[in-house]
Amino acid sequence: MKTVRAHGVKGMLKRALAVVMAGTMVLSMAACGSEAEPAAESGSATVKIGGIGPLTGSAAVYGNAVYHGAQIAVDEINAKDPNFQFELNFQDDENDAEKAVNAYQKLKDWGVQLLLGTVTTTPCVAVSAETFADRVFELTPSASSTDVTKGKDNVFQLCFTDPNQGTTAAKYLVDNNLGEKIAVIYNNADAYSTGIYNAFTAELKKSGKDVVYTGTFSSDDNADFSVQLTGAQSAGADLVFMPIYYTPASMILAQASKMNYAPTFFGVDGMDGILAMEGFNKDLAENLMLMTPFNPWSKDEKVAAFVKTYEEKYGETPNQFAADAYDVVYAFYAACQAKGVTAETPASDACEAFVEYFTTEAKFDGLTGKGMTWGTNGEVSKDPVVCVIQGGIYVDR
Amino acid sequence: MTALTYLTGGLSLGSVYAIIALGYTMVYGIAKMLNFAHGDVIMIGGYVVFCTFTYMNLPVWLGLLLGMVVCTVLGIVIEKLAYKPLRGTSSLAVLITAIGVSYFLQNAALLVFGSAPKVFTSMFAKANNIELADGKLILTPETIFTILICVLIMIGLQVFITKTKMGKAMRAVSEDNDAARLMGINVNQAISTTFAIGSALAAVAGVLLCSSYPTLMPTTGAMPGIKAFTAAVFGGIGSIPGAMVGGLILGIIEILSRAYISTELSDAIVFGVLIVVLLVKPTGLLGRKITEKV
Repeated sequence: MKTVRAHGVKGMLKRALAVVMAGTMVLSMAACGSEAEPAAESGSATVKIGGIGPLTGSAAVYGNAVYHGAQIAVDEINAKDPNFQFELNFQDDENDAEKAVNAYQKLKDWGVQLLLGTVTTTPCVAVSAETFADRVFELTPSASSTDVTKGKDNVFQLCFTDPNQGTTAAKYLVDNNLGEKIAVIYNNADAYSTGIYNAFTAELKKSGKDVVYTGTFSSDDNADFSVQLTGAQSAGADLVFMPIYYTPASMILAQASKMNYAPTFFGVDGMDGILAMEGFNKDLAENLMLMTPFNPWSKDEKVAAFVKTYEEKYGETPNQFAADAYDVVYAFYAACQAKGVTAETPASDACEAFVEYFTTEAKFDGLTGKGMTWGTNGEVSKDPVVCVIQGGIYVDR
Repeated sequence: MTALTYLTGGLSLGSVYAIIALGYTMVYGIAKMLNFAHGDVIMIGGYVVFCTFTYMNLPVWLGLLLGMVVCTVLGIVIEKLAYKPLRGTSSLAVLITAIGVSYFLQNAALLVFGSAPKVFTSMFAKANNIELADGKLILTPETIFTILICVLIMIGLQVFITKTKMGKAMRAVSEDNDAARLMGINVNQAISTTFAIGSALAAVAGVLLCSSYPTLMPTTGAMPGIKAFTAAVFGGIGSIPGAMVGGLILGIIEILSRAYISTELSDAIVFGVLIVVLLVKPTGLLGRKITEKV
């Protein structure tokens, strides 16, 4: 999802570092090379899905979740449909645009027919320019910026766009009468956070409500939120909307609790993952509300089965990235069935068939939403799910 | 009352800068080099103590002790491998090496601990807030202990470098490296000891930093490290009381400018004040003491 900040102040020295780290890299690349080996199936011809995302580096959590979630879907489909086989080749891009394009070239040599990805926004924008020129169908599980799909008819999103999240959150707050006085704390140096914030305030204004306090910060490394919290508290806010990632959010929750400030905190999908933070005191997140497309504790049968397989295979609870990727593979499967795409279909023909399918007949039920449809701009439309954290798990609201 | 709340926020941030700045200033004062990897040694200290808490269930003091031992060894190894071979070359070479070490540590931590942030349990989780003015003004135990420990370390360091034999040797080395060697002082040992002490302090700073701001990532030490370096320069680099004063003032300026002027501009204001101070008083606030070199 979205942009992940590049490492700080000493960026100019990255090159020197690259030399120093070369030895380490060779080792780690060898390791992930074997991990990312395509799961080759038996003799029958396979439809080739390429995947791109960060398997190493600071955004590796997201890439690995996508890779694992997609792999589970591929294995399931291959096991139950003897006449149809997928093959997944997942490449590491280290959350770097240039490496993502290289990974895409590698996938093209391999004969990729459908592209799953990329996982993060900046590489996705770069890769989608290539797929647009090459006519390769691309469905990203998690890159949520509108820049990803803008002007490219072959690129679709399975996750909500950033503005869409802001609008939906504002509507939800108004419709459910949550919060007399609303404050917002967001990262104004981050496209994801700012995109949601702008849409949120615009929608809130429409319904005649106003934000009583807006606090900003400019780096997800920011540690001190005493100013923003004091501001919100003295403005009398009883609801704090936080369109930010879970790392700064965990700091905000800890500091608010120390200040004895207990408004309703409301987050968006970037908040997903806060409970999985090692060492996090889950009591701090009690009654935290968040809009997330995926609830791993849901009673839904399909979700429960997916969570069980994922936990058995990878030893952790899947997050929304894994669920998004799982849905992408099943959406590919549904489209292949509807349009008769097989291993022999050239990528460009598959692309045209898929574009037509996704913009007209697709109505897809997945783990992250029921009855998903897509507009010609590539944006998905599905119902938001609001959960509240109680006793350390998500509870549907 | 809000202004006072901001002030306590500034104190708590400033106390963290102060304790990191002590390590910077100590190493600079004696070895005459900017150890840019200091912030990352702090991060390693944080991770070590996190592991002793979370995986080994050790008591706080034992965890801290273990963290200090690991950081001390790390500091000595870094000094031996990365800095010692460059002794006598241009200070720019050492500076660049220090930045290299900083990156090396960050990426090593990324490899070992992964990129997912970990949440550090505060050392003072069991202590209560001190509430003044009907609970409107809150001082957290983290702030109070950080300041107390900072003062203790400051006094301890001052006593050490003025009263003990090793401390005197260190000061001699900082005055004149070659003359000290001619007088029979083991220069290498003095500098190694400096790094050992500086790194042990980094472990303490790491625990205090993570107690106040509990998220632990491979980049956790980087930004506070740079801010603390600024604080050390602000207070007069090489001066131990200066590091503490500089850290506290810097924290307060940062929070107040964030509260009353702009969150985006707060860093610019902090560094702007630094420039003004250096223009008016090039040796920093308590810079006169620079002649004594720590």
